[in-house]
Amino acid sequence: MSTDVHTRQQVRPALLVLSDGEVFEGEAIGADSPDGVATGEVVFNTVLSGYQEVITDPSYAGQVIAFTYPHIGNYGVTALDDESRRPFCRGIIVREMARRRSNWRADEDLNELLIRTGVPGIAGIDTRRLTRHLRDTGSMPGAFGTTDEATLLKAAQGEDGTNGIDMVAQVTTANPYVVGNGQRRVVAYDFGIKTTILRHLGELATVEIVPATMSASEVLARQPDGVFLSNGPGDPACVVGVAETIKELIGQVPIFGICLGHQLLATALGAETYKLAFGHHGGNHPVRRLSTGSIEITSQNHNFAVADGTLASADVTHINLNDGVIEGIRCRDVPAFSVQYHPEAGPGPHDARYLFEEFADLMDKGT
Amino acid sequence: MPRRDDIHTILLIGSGPIVIGQACEFDYSGTQACRVLKEEGYRVVLANSNPATIMTDPDFADRTYIEPLDVEVLTAIIDRERPDALLATLGGQTALNLAMELVERGVLERFNVELIGADATAIATAEDRSQFKVAMQEIGLGVPPSAVAHDLDESMEAIRHLGLPVVIRPAYILGGKGTGIASTEDEFRQLAIIGLDASPISEILIERSIAGWKEYELEVMRDRADNCVIICSIENLDPMGVHTGDSITVAPAQTLSDVEYQLMRDAAFACIRRVGVETGGSNVQFAINPEDGTMVVIEMNPRVSRSSALASKATGFPIAKIAARLAVGYTLDEIPNDITSKTPACFEPSIDYVVTKIPRWAFEKFPGTPSVLGTQMQSVGEAMAIGRTFPESLQKGLRSLELGRLGLNCDPGEAEFDALDDDELVRRAAVGTPDRPFQLEAALRRGITIERLYAATRVDPWFLDQISAIVEERAHVAAIGFEAMTARDWQRVKRLGFSDAQLAWLWSNFEKTLTAGDVRSRRLSMGIAPVFKTVDTCAGEFEANTPYHYATYEDTDEVVETDRPKVVILGSGPNRIGQGIEFDYCCVHASFALRDAGYETVMINCNPETVSTDYDTSDRLYFEPLTEEDVLNVIDRESRFGEFVGVIVSLGGQTPLKLAGLLQEHLVLGTSAASIDLAEDRERWNSLCAQLEIPQPAGGTASTAEEALAITAHIGYPALVRPSYVLGGRAMTIVYDDENLQRAMKELSGFGSLGKEGGLSAERPVLVDRFLEDATEVDVDAVRDATGEVLIGGIMEHVEEAGVHSGDSACAIPPPTLSAQVISVIEGYARAIAEALEVVGLINVQFAVREGQVFVIEANPRASRTVPFVAKATGVPLVKVAARVMVGATLAELRKEGFLTPAITSGHVAVKEAVLPFSRFPEADSVLGPEMRSTGEVMGIDRTFGLAFAKSQMAAGGRLPDAGSIFLSLADRDKAAGLIVARRLANLGFTIAATVGTAAHLNENGVAVETVVAKLTDGDSSLPTAVELLATTKVNLVINTPRGSGPRSDGYDIRSAAGLYHVPCLTTVAAGLAAAQGMADWAKHGLEVRSLQEHHQAGRGEQLELT
Repeated sequence: MSTDVHTRQQVRPALLVLSDGEVFEGEAIGADSPDGVATGEVVFNTVLSGYQEVITDPSYAGQVIAFTYPHIGNYGVTALDDESRRPFCRGIIVREMARRRSNWRADEDLNELLIRTGVPGIAGIDTRRLTRHLRDTGSMPGAFGTTDEATLLKAAQGEDGTNGIDMVAQVTTANPYVVGNGQRRVVAYDFGIKTTILRHLGELATVEIVPATMSASEVLARQPDGVFLSNGPGDPACVVGVAETIKELIGQVPIFGICLGHQLLATALGAETYKLAFGHHGGNHPVRRLSTGSIEITSQNHNFAVADGTLASADVTHINLNDGVIEGIRCRDVPAFSVQYHPEAGPGPHDARYLFEEFADLMDKGT
Repeated sequence: MPRRDDIHTILLIGSGPIVIGQACEFDYSGTQACRVLKEEGYRVVLANSNPATIMTDPDFADRTYIEPLDVEVLTAIIDRERPDALLATLGGQTALNLAMELVERGVLERFNVELIGADATAIATAEDRSQFKVAMQEIGLGVPPSAVAHDLDESMEAIRHLGLPVVIRPAYILGGKGTGIASTEDEFRQLAIIGLDASPISEILIERSIAGWKEYELEVMRDRADNCVIICSIENLDPMGVHTGDSITVAPAQTLSDVEYQLMRDAAFACIRRVGVETGGSNVQFAINPEDGTMVVIEMNPRVSRSSALASKATGFPIAKIAARLAVGYTLDEIPNDITSKTPACFEPSIDYVVTKIPRWAFEKFPGTPSVLGTQMQSVGEAMAIGRTFPESLQKGLRSLELGRLGLNCDPGEAEFDALDDDELVRRAAVGTPDRPFQLEAALRRGITIERLYAATRVDPWFLDQISAIVEERAHVAAIGFEAMTARDWQRVKRLGFSDAQLAWLWSNFEKTLTAGDVRSRRLSMGIAPVFKTVDTCAGEFEANTPYHYATYEDTDEVVETDRPKVVILGSGPNRIGQGIEFDYCCVHASFALRDAGYETVMINCNPETVSTDYDTSDRLYFEPLTEEDVLNVIDRESRFGEFVGVIVSLGGQTPLKLAGLLQEHLVLGTSAASIDLAEDRERWNSLCAQLEIPQPAGGTASTAEEALAITAHIGYPALVRPSYVLGGRAMTIVYDDENLQRAMKELSGFGSLGKEGGLSAERPVLVDRFLEDATEVDVDAVRDATGEVLIGGIMEHVEEAGVHSGDSACAIPPPTLSAQVISVIEGYARAIAEALEVVGLINVQFAVREGQVFVIEANPRASRTVPFVAKATGVPLVKVAARVMVGATLAELRKEGFLTPAITSGHVAVKEAVLPFSRFPEADSVLGPEMRSTGEVMGIDRTFGLAFAKSQMAAGGRLPDAGSIFLSLADRDKAAGLIVARRLANLGFTIAATVGTAAHLNENGVAVETVVAKLTDGDSSLPTAVELLATTKVNLVINTPRGSGPRSDGYDIRSAAGLYHVPCLTTVAAGLAAAQGMADWAKHGLEVRSLQEHHQAGRGEQLELT
């Protein structure tokens, strides 16, 4: 990277300003943002590895991701680890961006990926201070860039965050496409689906990925063995029309939902959702599987959750050991279940992969 | 699943003496386990031979057996205590091996004792190289191609199909003992012989070498319900080929993608499940081929390990404590995470900083040993550092080592590397040595590319690039200059871990010399001071309660301010020979005592193996280097709130003592810095002794060889030459003539001004004293309070005569041979010295007694290495008393409180014996001398001196024989005393073998010598040589005493052979006498075990009956 020995790299001073006026000093990295300002809802993620999967996860649409681990970019990036066709996040915040990658799998530096895909970033930030601040205040809009503090504060305060916006519309696929070639047939709703999920589903079935707007009748016309409800960004209450569609599908075909898909299934079943103070964003959340009592360490990334006591026709199957948040549900009378966390990992532990098998079993049993 | 109610008494086995590969980390884990099991209401029986441990404090277990860790002894303990369960996974390899022996001998079955944590099958699967390999292949994990051999023929056959190079790994060994890499057939043959010998079951694994691959470790925990979690990932900076205990290691892993990491995590779970460790912590080591990511499993420890201690300190997750709870039935989700208290222990810690561990070696103590790192662990200690980034933690770690380096070069020490040409520098960096990080920096600084360095060293390019960041920043701030640094520049350079002292050196030039103090003042005036962040297991996601901090240069600080009066305790830093666990014991005891007395205690230390760096030992823990800058940072921070009572500098050995002078006088608790200096300053000390009319051996101080010669011209030979301000007798020698004196002076001046231990300079002259031959050495530990009352804690008589470093010598309480009159003189002198030095707290005084006359050798107004031993032997918690005295209590008050009770002086004798690491350094001579080389100590306690001495030898690994043959080879001057030894042993039925001269003397005096042995140097071919005799295992004990510059080479060969064939070897006639007494008493009374609690109780009442 640095060409001249002993010459320190050029530093471009930058600031991060949160909507409540907190200011952090750092240096610009990644892509240049228009007028030196990038904005979004600032969230943190505590994974120690897996930055590429996080950055390319469409569930982060509209958000700026602060990594709590200080060294980011060490092992570079590879197309193999992309979770979608491009990053949908608005930016990243790190303590140290790697100057040089080192891993046999890598074909590009993280910083190069950011530049290539237009994601701005800020480095040198006391990310622990930021995390503790967000922990106490909850996620909030922020702005960062090379411009002055007043401009950034104004931009932060003008940023809506993800509240009240249908983020799914921004990330869902425009046209259906197919992956995998298994015997079973699955229709997967793309609310911002991750590649790793498709890889898992693709091992079980031939999967057709369809836009979030596809109607129930169009889906059922494809005579699928199962319907998958994907992860995705934002507030489930703002996703227009999807819960109604799901309502029509329940009981007609086995359903499996992950993350936003879980929230939408619950909504369709009449449950309420609410926003968590600062969400669950990390690769180390313990979840209890109530049927066995065993614990699985899970990858999580959500700001909203299903409200306890608002589900009439389904049982809670999984809970978060840290804070008791509902992590999984299963309908009593019809073949449908979902989890709030990410059994597919990417990034994160593989402890909950059995859920894909359960989906396969459910499909084989049929309705 | 809740706590098991079907077990009541649990036997815990400790790890015994500190040896290379097994250090204080097992005191840390054992102490945690004892605490937890007692808290859970179990009756805890503890066996550990090491008196310097915290775990053997009588309050940590219901019954504490300071007895040899030997299967026969443990059987006796089990017979007495009838435990329901044995927990062996927290006492290192020693405990694990003993547990296996107890299983194999049917002891556990006979007494119906359940092995909890890991059962015998699991232990065998993990520890037996071939079983492990098969098990791993069964579950589809890669292992390096290998073969198992039980003799040399099988070994040679193996390499025919494996090819070379290969690694040789003996089964059931510790710290890589007996392992090595062989590239040629000759090397292989040699290593195979050593390896087969090192393995207790004579089995070696021969493995295709994957030196140069990347090395990782994962710390796994598993509970009864089969929940598994990873506590920490560790990446080694040194590639495969350097033992992980000798590698610089970094947590978390830095260069693994999530895809690779998760596969490794799956593999670690599969491994622990297949091996069958039912509950607790394990450590799995992996290697990865950097070219294609191929992953292989190297080994697995089915127990808490050195890496577990590191992982606990690195993440804040208390592995040993949790492992103990899991062993008695709890599951991970039932145990709360103490740090957050809101979340359960069933999770995987996330951290938001970088931890670097750097080993510390002691090659300088073992001349003849090449300081090259390999597959056998050689380090004696380690330092850990926490920084927000790798460069910061690396530089902090390097200055934590206290080797006179200020960080990663940028100090006078770098000249050594800058003097080399490029090729030589790269060539040297390619070999793993303690200098490698400095060589890498020096190479990068002169523009050698990362590619070239990587190719030569296989140190990952990411690490090299991080070092480049340090290099670039250095060039940048050098160009800016001290005067022009802006606040932002300061912040950046400090964020990369540069110390003020490095910057002062960097900016000093011919015109102007800057000090670290100048840099500090300027930096502070620019508003740049560190903040203290918290280690919280969760990267800030949850609120943390645990005050475990590290300094870094960031925006916000997290120290929770309080208003209680507080005391800062400076710890002892990385373990080294001469400064080890004893001083951690002292610091921890002070913390406990002051906490109980209502003070808030603040610990500063950087040794991850210790109890002092457990986050709940003190009220606040700062995991920081013990350097002027880092300690002042903490003191500055702590001074900003509450009542600052002061700093304790006298309990952590030489490390904190050196810092005493930098603190404001009123902050130093206890004995003043001036008194400490008075005891060290030769001239003033001499005049003090003269004034007190206490005799000293004649002597003086010298800064040059000429001055030294002038002194010996006056005092005569032999003379003892030693540097001032050192611990552990670094570079101490006894010289018998001018030539040797000149050589010694030359060696000392060679250390130069680097600030290395033992350096000679005008400020630190060398002491030259008349050496008292044939004198008995005596140590006294005492406490004096501010009113002037002196409590004599213990008087220890050394077994070996003066001239053997006190740390390497066995000693006994009460003194077995000193007369009441001599004891009273010694006590009187000790009191007078304590009074004259105005000691408040501990003082250690060393005496030599010759023909009834008492000489004082030296006095140190601080905690000594023997304080824990004294406390165990007498039942008086000497350090706790001293700590209270240092903050103003009087001995009278403490007595009134019931805190200080009378010493237990009757009923038993306690013997401390040193444990030496010669098996690790086969090239070094095992003869004892004035330079300390022991790594640890054991205690034998019994009703007579002989029995206690015999136990101490057994505990130290040199069990005295019950019958057989004794081989004596004595220097002329030892022959008279040797005769007594030989006569006693002959009377006990031993046969005697002796070298020609010794044999003649014995025969003349009526002791029959069965075998006469040739001197190697004489070459009388009709007689067997000592080495031949030892090789045929016809000898059960060797007594070989060398003297002065006498028959060195002969003795060296005898001692080496004794080491090679595992025959106990005593190198002084005094030890021979003690052994004879021990063997006589042992023959009469046999082995009996008794707990410390019983000894103390009995000592307070009636004397125990001899059976």
